[in-house]
Amino acid sequence: MLLHRLLLPVGAALFLAVTACTAPPKQAAQLPIMGERDVRPRADGGPADTVFATVPRFRLTDQARQVITNQTFAGRAYVADFFFATCPGICPKMQGELLKVYTKFAADKRVVFLSHTIDPAHDTIPVLRDYAQRLGITDASRWHFATTGAHGEPTAKDTVFQLARAYFTAALPDKQAPGGFAHNGTFALVDDQGHIRGLYDSLNPKEVARLIEELPILLAEIDSRKAVAGK
Amino acid sequence: MTVFSMPFRHLLPGLLLLLLLPGCFSNNRHQGEKLYAKNCAGCHGDQGQGLARLIPPLAGSDFLADHRAQLPCLLRNGQNEVIVVNGVGYHNIMPGNKALTSAQMTNLLNFIESHWGNEAAPRTIRDVQQQLDACPAPGAAQ
Repeated sequence: MLLHRLLLPVGAALFLAVTACTAPPKQAAQLPIMGERDVRPRADGGPADTVFATVPRFRLTDQARQVITNQTFAGRAYVADFFFATCPGICPKMQGELLKVYTKFAADKRVVFLSHTIDPAHDTIPVLRDYAQRLGITDASRWHFATTGAHGEPTAKDTVFQLARAYFTAALPDKQAPGGFAHNGTFALVDDQGHIRGLYDSLNPKEVARLIEELPILLAEIDSRKAVAGK
Repeated sequence: MTVFSMPFRHLLPGLLLLLLLPGCFSNNRHQGEKLYAKNCAGCHGDQGQGLARLIPPLAGSDFLADHRAQLPCLLRNGQNEVIVVNGVGYHNIMPGNKALTSAQMTNLLNFIESHWGNEAAPRTIRDVQQQLDACPAPGAAQ
């Protein structure tokens, strides 16, 4: 009798513990939206609108001399990072990791890749084209290697550093750092509306694996948005 | 202090000595591997695989065998020339490392040259030091 009294709660606890581990979450997973949000009261007194941060307006030129703006990625997801061609620090590792992600999604036109150079003075269009080809990227429309200084703009460096901040990447000139620039290797995942939906440390293999897992979640969300709009 | 009652008390100094013992040995085991991970793997890869046509591989690299005597100087001074490795031309900046001692460089090169299909004879610190002493001045044509 005493044994029975003990067994029942223990059994129940075990059952709960096991189901807690295996039961899938009921709600479909959705990626968070990064950055500040703004709540704007509505004039008609209805529920306030929440305005989420978006990537600022940009105008770049890629290795195929194509102009790249926010509109280039409209309706699609993209993964962005910041590098420079002669970077002896973390870039080869970072770009090697992004190459792995790219290879997985190379055939999926719903996602595009965008690498910004933070050394526009050195990384001219021919340098970017050579870099892309050496990495094995033949189609510039799938993976853009882009500069803010295609026409020698004196502000190119400031522009790209500002852009990097918007993508939560720290990038700044640093004489002490290998190659003359200090930056971290963040991958930013951006949705079809310009919201940043994920940030991943390229130097951590677990984070890169998380990007590969989370990308399809975002693609499904974009698909469902398109399906609703199409109705 | 009942734990260290009479019979154990004379063991204490011995135990203390045992605790201090590891300090007598240097931690140079696997130094080459550690130096590789810290200084080289970022570009050349965890397995010396390189990166596409941007960064040359060290794994199974003919360049290592063909330029064995120049490698210490290459590590110290870096380079910015086109180099051909296993038939592929690479042109990227390799930074030099002035901080590595000849002993560290020997361990590093011995690690690289005995992994990933590389099978060179081990180097001695003396050889490496002699090769370093004979390095051309940085920037001079090699």
